[in-house]
Amino acid sequence: MNYKMMGRFIGKMLVVEAIFMLPALLISLFEGERSSVFAFLASIAGIVLVAAVLLLLCRGSKNKFYAREGLVCVGLSWGILSLLGCLPFYLSGAIPAFVDAFFEIVSGFTTTGASILTEIEGLPKGILYWRSFSHWLGGMGVLVFLLAITSAGGGDNGFTMHLLRAESPGPNVGKLVPKMRKTARILYELYILLTIVNVIFLLAGGMPLFEAVCTAFGTAGTGGFGIKNDSIAGYSPYIQNVCTVFMMLFGVNFTCYYLLMLKQFKNVFKDEELRLYLGVAAGSVLLITLNLRGFYSTLGETLRHAAFQVASIMTTTGYATTDFDLWPTFSKAILLSLMVVGASAGSTGGGFKCSRVLLVIKSLRRSVRKVIHPEKVQVVRSNGHPVDEKILQNTNAYLAAYAIITLLSFILISVDGYSMTTNLSAVMACFNNIGPGFEAVGPTCNFSGFSSFSKIVLILDMLAGRLEIFPILILFSRSTWKRR
Amino acid sequence: MKIIVAGDGKLGSMLTRQLSAEGYDLTLIDANPKQLESSEERFDIMVVQGNCASMTVLEQAGVDEAELLIAATGADEINLLCCMTAHGMNPRLHTIARVRNPEYTDQIYRMRDMFALSMTVNPEKQAAVEIERLLKYPGFLKRDTFAKGRVEIVELRIDAKNRLCNVALNDMNSIVKCKILICAVLRNGTAIAPDGNFVIQEGDRIFVTAAAKELTLLLKNLGVITHKVKRVILCGGSRVSFYLAKLLNRSGIGVQIIERNPEKCVQLAAMLPEADIIQGDASSQFILEREGISNCDALVTLTGLDELNMIISLYGAECGVPQVITKLGRFDNTNILGNLSLGSIISPKELCSNIIVRYVRAMKNQTGAAQTVYKIADGQAEAAEFLVDEGTRYLGKPLKELHLKKNVLVACITRGATQEIPNGDSYFEKNDTVIIVTNGKKGIYQLNDIFE
Repeated sequence: MNYKMMGRFIGKMLVVEAIFMLPALLISLFEGERSSVFAFLASIAGIVLVAAVLLLLCRGSKNKFYAREGLVCVGLSWGILSLLGCLPFYLSGAIPAFVDAFFEIVSGFTTTGASILTEIEGLPKGILYWRSFSHWLGGMGVLVFLLAITSAGGGDNGFTMHLLRAESPGPNVGKLVPKMRKTARILYELYILLTIVNVIFLLAGGMPLFEAVCTAFGTAGTGGFGIKNDSIAGYSPYIQNVCTVFMMLFGVNFTCYYLLMLKQFKNVFKDEELRLYLGVAAGSVLLITLNLRGFYSTLGETLRHAAFQVASIMTTTGYATTDFDLWPTFSKAILLSLMVVGASAGSTGGGFKCSRVLLVIKSLRRSVRKVIHPEKVQVVRSNGHPVDEKILQNTNAYLAAYAIITLLSFILISVDGYSMTTNLSAVMACFNNIGPGFEAVGPTCNFSGFSSFSKIVLILDMLAGRLEIFPILILFSRSTWKRR
Repeated sequence: MKIIVAGDGKLGSMLTRQLSAEGYDLTLIDANPKQLESSEERFDIMVVQGNCASMTVLEQAGVDEAELLIAATGADEINLLCCMTAHGMNPRLHTIARVRNPEYTDQIYRMRDMFALSMTVNPEKQAAVEIERLLKYPGFLKRDTFAKGRVEIVELRIDAKNRLCNVALNDMNSIVKCKILICAVLRNGTAIAPDGNFVIQEGDRIFVTAAAKELTLLLKNLGVITHKVKRVILCGGSRVSFYLAKLLNRSGIGVQIIERNPEKCVQLAAMLPEADIIQGDASSQFILEREGISNCDALVTLTGLDELNMIISLYGAECGVPQVITKLGRFDNTNILGNLSLGSIISPKELCSNIIVRYVRAMKNQTGAAQTVYKIADGQAEAAEFLVDEGTRYLGKPLKELHLKKNVLVACITRGATQEIPNGDSYFEKNDTVIIVTNGKKGIYQLNDIFE
């Protein structure tokens, strides 16, 4: 295992984190929040110190880097990123318990949006900014950012592929252009551009700048940390609709935007995943609207709330405009299923991913046909191209790991004695990086009631969900750490 | 610059390594997904799986924006078809095809025009030409020519009898008595840029810049005994053997080819009337003895198996054959071979890849580009030839006043018909040809890149 190389990566990543903390520090200074100024200064100093030690210790690393190193590196990076990223919350006294602070920042970086805070509006602005910004950074991935700005050690090496694969969601991650650095740069350029457009649209609706930026961060990373106690419910219908549209946009595979830039409209229009993603969303909105007849005063209002909640849950954002925990069971069942489906591969969203759902359905269909015609040779296709058997195997393995982890976490947090619905939806909401669940963890409530043990289980769930299980799973495998 | 490489074989992956390291946007096409996956893991490139002559695959690989296509699949016909198709899709595209079937060699120039190819490469023929050059000057392990053949960088192995052994470079002139420059030394697998106090030891491989006409004198003064090659044994009847036998026969050198496959022997005998074709296993010592290995002038091992070539060469060196040349097709790691007495090592893919890299650099930078590029010292150093033109900085200024980059060495200046091994007082003049030796890490793409 190439520890030195990993140390260098993590060191560089921490430098990036420290730099990104500066705006939060400036906001705190500007607002004159003394406790958070101190907290940010101390955190930045601490992070820079750790980074310097790592970079100093890990000079002269070799360039041997393989899939195993890539996965371990991503898993470790996110752990360390979160451990140091939660320092401002803890040091400023905004969140007194360390486990709570850790939970909050992991929820931020993994773009979950599950909070342990009951009173948000009273928090210092710098802290609020850092909380929302963690979504933005975690959405596209901090290592992808690192790849975009540095040559990451060996410029001519292909190993950076492992980092992109481990950090970008989806069953079959590929580059957009031959050079990794350019690929990462294109992804971030699109991401930044979309975020800015989002801010502009929010400002047009009369939202104050600070709130618009924070809300856009939450939307872009499909995170869901609000800056109001009632999330988005207090804003005008226009702003709610803008949020709905942008949540959906950030849940689309970014490759589609790149193809649009290249004017390959046909490929985008015919993309099976995009069609499934939009189709499922539209169908769910329709069904929920039908189910909610009479719940709200007008049809327009019903439609708006249905669309917002569907977009929020499906893209795994987790904003809310209404307490959907009060909705009829059928609507809640649809939302729960949407939690599993999740957004598209290659987006900032979480969940099982539409493309995986497609592959699982297709391989299932093949297995059924195989019973009827045992000799029939069948190839699973996606967008007309044959899918490699290895990808199908990986997808099925992913499904199995996904189910086992959900079940295990469900059992573990049940110790706290909440209802079945609460526990199941809490696990689903964390593992799929959504945020709010039902009942005790519903949109008006939060995760503060869970015991520390349950919180740690949920933290691991969030990390596993964001990094697509294997980078976290591999950290707990004995053979990873064996000398080879 | 966007480059497409079709075919991820020996030459393809070598090119991928070199070109992606130089920072080009590379897309690799191959039919074998396993092969592609391992390439994608090793290099920062994009891969496309499929038949490189198919238009959809070429389109996927981005042929519209590419500037160069290199077709290096196993089949000549596919390479040609691939280049033609791609050129049809994008008329501005430069195309390079590997064509190595001997039956096409005579028509290659006409085919180049007809199919609008920018260049064709033939690794086996290239190897044969290279081997012939080595056989003409026994004593050198490798020869790279510059300035239209007037200057060479030659590789020598220092043995105990060599007069340079245990001599510091400052004291070298009294021994060699001709103008040479030792531009790199390979000791225990690492390349060293020597200074005046450097002492040459036994087992070093030295890389010497010298005028071509002084090579004979150099060998004589160093005490390397050479005699003209009159009889060569070639092991294996491969394509390289065929080209080489033809070249050697033309200059009146006797050739014996040992080949195991009877049908191939008949074919070779038909095509090479002047060569002796022996049907038998070249790895058998009995056959080698019977064919007179102990008193032949040179042994060239050219079978398709690298291991076999190495074993036969070792045996030849043991028997006291004055010059041994080993062809290695797949083997990259020449580091561990340094201590074996394999003689000169010839790698067809490397020769071809050097030619193509030179072409690519010239394309990238039409004026002032390197005219010749060779990798020396097991690829750890690079020797490139440049033409001095009006765009070159510091014309006429002595080198000692200039700040050259670290690890850059001006190895030779050719002015008109004279060659000069430069010292501090040397200067560049328009229309000079200069040879620059670097450690190859930072690309020197034009002459001005050598200045700080």
